[in-house]
Amino acid sequence: MTTQAGPGNKNAGTRLRRRAAAADPNPRTIAIPASRSPAGPLLNVENISVFRGERLVLDGVGLQLDAGGALLLTGPNGAGKSTLLRVLAGLRKPEGGHVLWAGIDALADRTAHAARVAYLGHQDALKPGLTLRENLALPARAAGSDPKQAMEALDLLPLADLPARMLSAGQKRRAALARVMLARAPLWLLDEPSLGLDTSSIGLLEALFHAHRETGGIIIATTHVPLPLPDARTLDLPGVSGLETMEEMDMESWS
Amino acid sequence: MKAEGMQASLPALLAAVIGRDLRLALRHGADTLGAVLFFILAGALFPLALGPSPDLLRHMAPGIVWVCALLAALLPLDRLFGSELEDGSLDQLMLSGLPPALVALAKMIAHWLTTGLPLLLAAAPLAIMLGLPLPVLPILLGGLALGTAVLSLIGGMAASIVLGARRGGVLLPLLVLPLATPALIFGAAALDAAQTGLSWRPDLELLGAFLAGALPLCPLAAGAGLRAAVE
Repeated sequence: MTTQAGPGNKNAGTRLRRRAAAADPNPRTIAIPASRSPAGPLLNVENISVFRGERLVLDGVGLQLDAGGALLLTGPNGAGKSTLLRVLAGLRKPEGGHVLWAGIDALADRTAHAARVAYLGHQDALKPGLTLRENLALPARAAGSDPKQAMEALDLLPLADLPARMLSAGQKRRAALARVMLARAPLWLLDEPSLGLDTSSIGLLEALFHAHRETGGIIIATTHVPLPLPDARTLDLPGVSGLETMEEMDMESWS
Repeated sequence: MKAEGMQASLPALLAAVIGRDLRLALRHGADTLGAVLFFILAGALFPLALGPSPDLLRHMAPGIVWVCALLAALLPLDRLFGSELEDGSLDQLMLSGLPPALVALAKMIAHWLTTGLPLLLAAAPLAIMLGLPLPVLPILLGGLALGTAVLSLIGGMAASIVLGARRGGVLLPLLVLPLATPALIFGAAALDAAQTGLSWRPDLELLGAFLAGALPLCPLAAGAGLRAAVE
């Protein structure tokens, strides 16, 4: 591997970034069949590279999805699935690469990008002291949507006036999914959406996913178990070798 | 699909975030009252420590009230953003459509409403107890109204900056107290001036200028801190 870096060490970060993008002759871009729409894919992610501390977690990841598309992110723990979701949500700036939404750089204005995104983290983000209805009031207000409809879709209406601390793990997960629905955003980014859900709730999830994709929404989900997403593509993140730390890369580029 | 124009406006969203925080403060009443009780208790310790000389207490009352208010306002800062970060709510707030600086401002306003305002109410009885002359009381409350707002702004900024740091709770007072000293100096000086018959106006005006500077700057810095914390 040759690098363009000179002997000076002042631009270590830039050099690393450049190297991260150029490290792999075959970057881990999945060859998703060419977009059918003439205008290009709705979501086009190119060459995303992310460092966590000194470790390279995502190395030149790319993906493309059309309206109505779904993508499953798989891979071992620590492969960077959640990190990729946070990058796509605009919560985290990647060290390299682009996220294009309808051809526009989505990460240039992250507050505007937030309106396109409904993000479900691995935490449910419910306040234990507030009732379910109160917990959902803010997201409903933000998007101007009807919390009752979302609670009905996820079979939560009987629990609406219970404080969130009284809910079981699966019920909390359903409440967090109700918030995703309330956002009325085209891009759903779901970090293990089925965590803790029982069989009947998975059925609700399936209906939810289907309705979202029918209206042209995109779903990207990380998972370790099968999800009810028919004809979803899969992007397997193999994880970058844990030994490839910044220091070693630095030394490598010095020699 | 998303219908444009149906989203809440920024002021409405700001009010919604503040409303959520007030409701949370109501549900966790003990946490909210903690700062005020600390303020009253700490203030009540001084007569015990200094002796019951009315002259001495009257002379020291402005300083006691101000220092106790400063310390009491620090107490809830640790949880201001900490609890939001821990349960993932901060991610959702950052994606609510509000710019990070306005998310921070909403939390600072909520902090003032749940800590600054109760402190203001508790300051009057404490000052009377310490023997502060009644005509000076409005100047104390006016100064504290400005001063607690400054504290909420500076405190919120510091809380967002130490967010995610390992020893954030220890760092917080070390960051806030030096930055808040101008408020303490002007606030206590106004009371001193009023007690000795000098003009208190310049001190409160300087305090107001300090608030006017902090109002735009602190939320911006805090917004950058929040962005960094969710990364």
